[in-house]
Amino acid sequence: MRIDRRTLLGGFAACFALPAIAAPPDYRIDPVAVADGIWMIHGADAPIEPGNGGAIANIAIIDTPAGTVLCDSGPSLRYGRALRMVAEKLTGKPVARVYVTHLHPDHGMGIAAFDPAIVAALPGTIDDMRRDGRGFSDAMYRMLNDWMRGTELVLPGQPIISDVEDFGGRRLRLIALSGHSAADLALVDERTGLLVGGDLLFHDRAPSTPTADLSAWRASLDRLAALDHKATIPGHGPFDPSGREAIAQTRDWLDWLEATLTEAVRSGLDMVEAGDLPIPDRFATMAAARYELQRSVSHLYPGIEARLLPRIDEPAD
Amino acid sequence: MSVKLMIRAGLALLLATSGLPASARAYPTDPLGSPMWQAHARTLFGDDPVRFDPRVRVAFPAIAENQRVFPVAVDARGIGGVVRIILFADLNPIPVAIDYRPQAAEPYLATRIKLDQRTPVRAAVQLADGQWLVSGRWIDAAGGGCSAPPVSRVKGDWAQHLGEMRGEAWPTGPGASRLRVTFRHPMDTGLVDNIPTYHLEALTVKSGGGRVLGSMEIWASVAEDPAITLLPKAGAGEPLRIEARDTNGRDYRAAVTVAKQSAPAR
Repeated sequence: MRIDRRTLLGGFAACFALPAIAAPPDYRIDPVAVADGIWMIHGADAPIEPGNGGAIANIAIIDTPAGTVLCDSGPSLRYGRALRMVAEKLTGKPVARVYVTHLHPDHGMGIAAFDPAIVAALPGTIDDMRRDGRGFSDAMYRMLNDWMRGTELVLPGQPIISDVEDFGGRRLRLIALSGHSAADLALVDERTGLLVGGDLLFHDRAPSTPTADLSAWRASLDRLAALDHKATIPGHGPFDPSGREAIAQTRDWLDWLEATLTEAVRSGLDMVEAGDLPIPDRFATMAAARYELQRSVSHLYPGIEARLLPRIDEPAD
Repeated sequence: MSVKLMIRAGLALLLATSGLPASARAYPTDPLGSPMWQAHARTLFGDDPVRFDPRVRVAFPAIAENQRVFPVAVDARGIGGVVRIILFADLNPIPVAIDYRPQAAEPYLATRIKLDQRTPVRAAVQLADGQWLVSGRWIDAAGGGCSAPPVSRVKGDWAQHLGEMRGEAWPTGPGASRLRVTFRHPMDTGLVDNIPTYHLEALTVKSGGGRVLGSMEIWASVAEDPAITLLPKAGAGEPLRIEARDTNGRDYRAAVTVAKQSAPAR
């Protein structure tokens, strides 16, 4: 093959031109009414990937006399803007409050589309985002490219310090929990008894554990199970009209995960093998189960090894 | 970089890759299309015969959740007469992670490595007759596995834990065992914050009588706090000795007795 200046230049031009050819992708946002004045947007029950633009988290839209309330905001500026348009059209009222349930970018990076003064999160979540937000942002840009265009890291401007917020008579109970992360917000609409569980609750979608404290998570599930709520919007996966199934399923997975990884370390498996262990049939309805098991091995295995494998070293000379 | 310079660099690269000495061995075409295949093959295999062989099983997770700690298992038990296993990642700045000789051990190795970018991760196993069998796959990874500071350097507690070793050995059959060993070690690559290279560089597993069962050279592309799984030929109740050394000359010694009873799942 003869390489001359023109071929080379043409090649370079093609490389640079490619990204511009692709049209900016659009999010499909389909709110479904789940209770009186509450809609759920069901995120893709899949990993964050270019095909879904990172729109994997569930989002709640609540119509209140004081304006529209959003629980979580999606992964990007583009998503946040589209979400606001859809929500305001649905309720006919401007967005008055955006809650961020926890630090993860699929839930919180969409706040870039809103005035930080109306964005509220637990103080621990704001601290988490201040610490980890930049790294999450880098990872999202790497995975999602153009979907993320223009998305800046924004911190919620309103730390949540009370346990209830009243929107012109529609009262939302705010419950500060932890376990999926260091600070997890759950929320109950007093009028309908609907619980928005954030990522403390996964439903037919395997729980993810990058920042998990499993015993704190279990304690939080106890708290949620003891509530007098009706139905549940989980952080990921379909709406749970029973209000119980997502709680039970999340607990079942976490118990199985911890017991399985503990047994794997005890029986001498390495991380690759642990990530390939069979997943019980009862989790067959859970999307992304293998993917989350392998991620959890990465998050949890070295810690279990450090706890269970005995010291064997002899004193250095 | 100006266009002129880019062209010049491009031409230089073409010349460099096409102008190999006539004596250089022709290696098989890389099924992974790695830009570094020929260069690594020359360094690692020299004039030995090389072919790609799927019987060399290189197992790792579908995603690199943590580019600083990426688990890999190499299983060449389906092949007879393996004398050496090299684990490497083409596009890592430190490509080779482990060079293992299973003298009296099954040809199996599991560990965790760093990934500095999307790269092929491969194992090459050498047979007694000198030929190399190679296998592997691409894995996507966020950057920085080799060029981000180790967690224990950031926490600042690496020196308090240096030398801690944990491990256990389980019998897997008559005269066969599975050994797991972990170390606390920063495994500094030399590519971060003016911290010089500092890593475990050698590990040997011996029988109670001092016979070498397996030995390896280790590079800084092995993850911080290395964890290594091997299959030495030692039966239930037999003692094993583990001896290692790092690049500062610090020695690491540990003793493990293969358990009487096993619970391994495989």
